[in-house]
Amino acid sequence: MGRKSELTETPVRDSVHETPQKKVYIRYLTAFVILLALLLLFIIWNINSGSIHISVKDIIAILFRGKEDETAYNIVWEIRFPRILAAVILGGALSVSGFLLQTFFNNPIAGPFVLGISSGAKLTVSLVMIYMLEKSAVASSGTLVIAAFGGSMISMGFVLIIARKVKNMSMLVISGIMIGYICSAVTDFVVTFADDSNIVNLHNWSMGSFSGISWENVQLAAAVTGVCMILTFLMSKPISAYQLGEAYAQNMGVNIKAFRISLILLSSILSACVTAFAGPISFVGIAVPHLVKSLLKTAKPILVIPGCFLGGAVFCLFCDLIARTVFAPTELSISSVTAVFGAPVVIYIMIRRKRSMQ
Amino acid sequence: MSKYVICTEQMTVGYDGKPLINNIEIKMKPGEIFTLIGPNGAGKSTILKSMTRQLRLIGGTVYLDQKTMSRMSGNEVAKKLAVVMTERIRPELMTCEDIVATGRYPYTGTLGILTKKDWKKVYDAMELVHTLELKNRDFSAVSDGQRQRILLARAICQEPEVIVLDEPTSFLDIRHKLELLFVLKNMVRKKHTAVLMSLHELDLAQKISDYVICVHGDKIEKCGPPEEIFTAEYIRKLYGITAGSYNELFGCLEMERPTGIPRVFVIGGNGKGIPVYRKLQRAGIPFAAGVIHQNDTDYEVAKALAVSVVSEKPFSPVSAESYEKAKQLMSCCEKVICCIDVFGPGNFKNHDLLAEAEKLGIIVEKN
Repeated sequence: MGRKSELTETPVRDSVHETPQKKVYIRYLTAFVILLALLLLFIIWNINSGSIHISVKDIIAILFRGKEDETAYNIVWEIRFPRILAAVILGGALSVSGFLLQTFFNNPIAGPFVLGISSGAKLTVSLVMIYMLEKSAVASSGTLVIAAFGGSMISMGFVLIIARKVKNMSMLVISGIMIGYICSAVTDFVVTFADDSNIVNLHNWSMGSFSGISWENVQLAAAVTGVCMILTFLMSKPISAYQLGEAYAQNMGVNIKAFRISLILLSSILSACVTAFAGPISFVGIAVPHLVKSLLKTAKPILVIPGCFLGGAVFCLFCDLIARTVFAPTELSISSVTAVFGAPVVIYIMIRRKRSMQ
Repeated sequence: MSKYVICTEQMTVGYDGKPLINNIEIKMKPGEIFTLIGPNGAGKSTILKSMTRQLRLIGGTVYLDQKTMSRMSGNEVAKKLAVVMTERIRPELMTCEDIVATGRYPYTGTLGILTKKDWKKVYDAMELVHTLELKNRDFSAVSDGQRQRILLARAICQEPEVIVLDEPTSFLDIRHKLELLFVLKNMVRKKHTAVLMSLHELDLAQKISDYVICVHGDKIEKCGPPEEIFTAEYIRKLYGITAGSYNELFGCLEMERPTGIPRVFVIGGNGKGIPVYRKLQRAGIPFAAGVIHQNDTDYEVAKALAVSVVSEKPFSPVSAESYEKAKQLMSCCEKVICCIDVFGPGNFKNHDLLAEAEKLGIIVEKN
């Protein structure tokens, strides 16, 4: 345990009949201020950096005064800005989706990527894309989201069937990874034999990337994620009850069946939305909720849900910045970068979890 | 009928549509403690889970505060019935007060934010179970006993009329078992809540319950006040005890007696014989005990452990008849152990017995 020393530190009935101390609220406030500041910092940094240098002064001019320098305007407004917004929206969506899945499976290392849900979405999206390419049409954002949602639900279906049989958390994750591998294998197979026009794009996407995102994509992603986020936030009360386990949640008056279905749908839509536009992105769904909870020192959904969204946005902006700039002009896939920073967090969670079990 | 807070009518419970226990009638008034006892796997938890809507009823009805429970909304039930489950929960990053605060769930708005009044109820509940000083500690860092009390506080601040506890004492050591039941009793006295629980500890069930329900086979085999239930004969039958026995006066269990021709004769009385009986039982030596008055503490244990016991009516001097019987038994033994050093008018014959043994040349050991 190693926490026995806390016994002596426990304040003796000082604020007996008061609401929790101010100290806690200050922590929450500080955490959110930090997250917002980081978000702002990375947004500016992201606009600022790239193969063509545009100074902060120019950026402000472009954002507020409009077209003065055509090229710079286009770079900022048509390329960098949508990409930044995508990273913010999709990064947030991904980590909230991870948080929902962790709650659902009561498993700290569950997430859309490790459970194979992203890969399922990837498979259906590539099938749709290839089909459209052969008909020499371009799939609309809406079609992609729907395809991705279909794919995530199929993977989710398999995971749920497995979850009924195995109660062990690592077994569930391993099964999810296997599902992910199968989906990826099929995707690779399909991509290999597809017509090779535009395949480069498809290949980039299937590795995970925020590049090439249009305003139309951003609008749809924002709409879908926005609605899902509001619904998720409104569910923070039943989620907090569910954190004590199904039996207690049920006793507190939560309609378990409806609750579980909404949780599955919301997390699938959120991760489908991400996969449709940016491909599968690894580990954000596990690492960010964990980091946010550690920062807030609480698991209260009402704080963690918005915290996760901000955290995911910051994390993805940061990773995208690295993906774009470190080996410029070559761009890394976003998944490789998120894995480098996310996977160690997962390992840490597993080690700590193991220790607390003993 | 109108006074019952929770009452079942011909309730049949089971899993997957298969009935396990039929015709359950449990009727509780405010401030009563009902305890379910019975062998493992008899279905105590199944009954409790069915009464808290975690399992679908197979037949019959449960009325909660005179309303049919199956027709009530989740929130409505939550305001009248709270649970403490057996399963250990491991929520992460939740302080004890966070856990207790979840009890206010049915009373808060859409986002579940607690008002000052709610927090007062949280702290009152924690005070009632003596856990207020733990409020800022991490729930996973407190002991099992404290955890159970916190979960009880959680149930209390849900302000229910009935609290259902499924084996609340299972993981606790004796001190925490006693503490938990003490705070439970205290709560019932103060809040007049009805408590329905299952317990494994018969001794505790006997002491805390107003009414005991025995689950055995496919039915409620027997129910009634503890005085009617905890008889040696019935407990033996309920649990199918084959080795050892249940002592109804002490509410404790005795091991199986060593059998065969008695090799040692123990002269006991005044409670001094018990340690000797137990020692012989552990060594597996069959023994006879005598002459003990039926109101002596030794008598209960001797009856459970000795091959034969020579006893005498309470408060009477040892009769010639008993003396003869004891002498006969003693003469076949290799050894006599005398545990008493006080002889009075009641047991003076035991002194004679000792002299007789020395005369017969049997080894006499004074304990």
